[in-house]
Amino acid sequence: MGWLSQAAVVTLVFLRSAPQRAGSAISAAFGVAGVVGVMVAVLSIAEGFRATMAETGSAGNAMVLRTGADSEMSSSLDLETTRIIMDAPGVARGQGGPVASAEMFVIVDLPFRSTGTEANVPLRGVQPSAFDVREGIEIVEGRRFEPGRNELIAGMGASREFAGVELGNRLRWDGVDWEIVGIFRAGGGLPESELWCDVKVLQPAYRRGALFQSVYAQLESPERFDDFRDALTSDPRLRVKVIRENEYYAGQSELLHAIITGLGSLVAALMGIGAVFGAVNTMYSAVAARTREIATLRALGFGGAPVVISVMVESLLLALAGGLVGGLTAYFAFNGYQASTLNWQSFSQVSFAFHVTPGLMMAGIAVSLVLGLIGGIFPAVRAARIPVATALRQL
Amino acid sequence: MKFLPLIWKNMMRKKVRTLFTVLSIVIAFVLFGYLGAIRQAFSLGVDLTGADRLLVIHRVSLIRPLPLSYLNRIRSMPGVVDVTHATWFGGKYQDQFEGRFAILPVEPEEFLRLYPEYVVAEDQKAAWIANRTGVLVGRKTADDFGWEIGDRVPIQGTIFHKADGSTVWEFTVEGFYEGVQSGVDDTQFLLHWTYFNEARDQGEDLIGWFIVRVDDPENAKAVADRIDASFANSAYETKTSTEKAFMQGFAKQIGNIGKILTSVLTAVFFTILLVTGNTMAQSVRERTSELAVLKTLGFTDTRVLMLVLAESFTMAALGGGLGLVVGWLMVQAGDPTGGGLPIFFVPMRDLVLGAGLALFLGFVSGLLPAVQAMRLRIVDALRRA
Repeated sequence: MGWLSQAAVVTLVFLRSAPQRAGSAISAAFGVAGVVGVMVAVLSIAEGFRATMAETGSAGNAMVLRTGADSEMSSSLDLETTRIIMDAPGVARGQGGPVASAEMFVIVDLPFRSTGTEANVPLRGVQPSAFDVREGIEIVEGRRFEPGRNELIAGMGASREFAGVELGNRLRWDGVDWEIVGIFRAGGGLPESELWCDVKVLQPAYRRGALFQSVYAQLESPERFDDFRDALTSDPRLRVKVIRENEYYAGQSELLHAIITGLGSLVAALMGIGAVFGAVNTMYSAVAARTREIATLRALGFGGAPVVISVMVESLLLALAGGLVGGLTAYFAFNGYQASTLNWQSFSQVSFAFHVTPGLMMAGIAVSLVLGLIGGIFPAVRAARIPVATALRQL
Repeated sequence: MKFLPLIWKNMMRKKVRTLFTVLSIVIAFVLFGYLGAIRQAFSLGVDLTGADRLLVIHRVSLIRPLPLSYLNRIRSMPGVVDVTHATWFGGKYQDQFEGRFAILPVEPEEFLRLYPEYVVAEDQKAAWIANRTGVLVGRKTADDFGWEIGDRVPIQGTIFHKADGSTVWEFTVEGFYEGVQSGVDDTQFLLHWTYFNEARDQGEDLIGWFIVRVDDPENAKAVADRIDASFANSAYETKTSTEKAFMQGFAKQIGNIGKILTSVLTAVFFTILLVTGNTMAQSVRERTSELAVLKTLGFTDTRVLMLVLAESFTMAALGGGLGLVVGWLMVQAGDPTGGGLPIFFVPMRDLVLGAGLALFLGFVSGLLPAVQAMRLRIVDALRRA
């Protein structure tokens, strides 16, 4: 009889007896399910947040901020600067001139629908060409704002999270009334968390004068980025920094992503250690319960290795089952869950959906297998070392 | 006490199981420690805010400035004992992200008067006040970057550049402050407002927010309303709230993420306790016949009860105590996000609660089998064996 078929036979015998030990087997699998479930659930927050930021911004767009500024919030550009930027080489041109938008990015306080407490809601003043620069802005209700009027359009996320952000409603800041005339979608990207209006109306309303914070420009092609950047940074009239739009938004998600993955991984690691203890306990008692069987098999001439393998296979199968249950539970409980949080880097609210990605599921299952491996190895070795004579005497 | 060896022998009967049970309890309480620290981090230290302090911000949003001229008007209002202001400087140190630590231009003496929980050595305080390009740095930030007194620290201005066109501000570390208790934000980087105001390229005489001390916390609402009313319909309308309400509102902005993280952790903690408690109870049940033998030897019912309870208490106390200590040490070693959470420590309240929970675990997991053991009829138990 080959070594491999021995292993198969022992494993089958072992697995057939598993139902008799259902209680402890289930509790071990349950432990692994907990680890994987928590890990996948917490990391899905970070993934979802990152996905929202990644949906935002294309490599074919460039963003210009003042030198030193890390975010639109801290940047400021005067009118003259924005004109020079729009005329720079590499900027795509449409019928109305350069496909670029000089924008203002501020926050206004609005209450959450859920708690009624105030939140930092981003309000973006844009030029009409903003809709050409960013592809995929789609009005789902109402219409676009009309230039020159105190009208707002709101992203779906903002509309969902904040009280009063509804079509036809009026909001008031600093003695100025704004009417919400449209709700828009942006492919799940960050603009869905924002309110948009005409920058020319926002400047006086926010008492900012003719100051902007950023210029978004569509490039003739993504490869033209270096030309565009070099032209601006070498221009003695300007003190600006140029960055690809997608890189800017990816950078904006770093801090929160680090916080959530840091906490999530730590918790999962601690739980993982706990689950290994559980698995080891279970497999030890499984081996103890089968001492006689194993001794009998050894007496019949089965080798030690097949016994080790059979214990490992059971441990891995239990862990795998637990991992699948945990991963799927996290998927059904959290995938697509809508949330909103404060992004410190932009100091404003971002609404996003939790994302249980295939990558996360795979990572969860990989972790469950590692737990099964560690949990099974010591009991397996003990099983193989059972002294045959003593064990049989216990019969 | 003479039964300690017996309790010990009982626990060592299945060494591996006992070890893993205790280790599971340790893990649970390490998690519990982190849970406390995370809750604290997400509540932004709300518990420690001064009850008699108000914050005055622009009505539309915190990011909009207010005029310095409001300072004297606020100072003269009834109910106001003291007032100062602060501004968000932005700015980055080396490759750290903006806001890694708060950089605030303040009026040194006034600011320290308003925040008595910031403790500074007298000589350092004097040196800071005397040097207009000097800064007072929170102990944690200073330790993170290894700054000593006299070090020159370049800060890249993000919002504010200097009027001479340079974007880098250089400050001299003149002193450090520490929180009077843990939970006070000891990460701030405080510079002279007058220097900042003269040297900056924009926004002269505009400040970020006012900090007001009222004579009596009972009057806070009335004073807040008075401040807002007197600036209503002006070019800069205000919104005044107690520091506590402000921080609570801010903490709520983190939204359900904080809540989800903490509830997941809580669920995990209690699940581990449940499973472990069950294992502990199980191990007593397996020894029914031994307990019967003890009774045959003349152990009273109460003594058997105590014996079993003592065992579960020992394991819970051992695991819980160790877990809380390890958790506390790990949290002290730094937050797992590398500086993303300025307030990160296990509050005393949670350590006490944790100790209480450990004892509770010992009691509950021991009680049922202990009572069964006490009620055990010797003949039944021996027959079963």
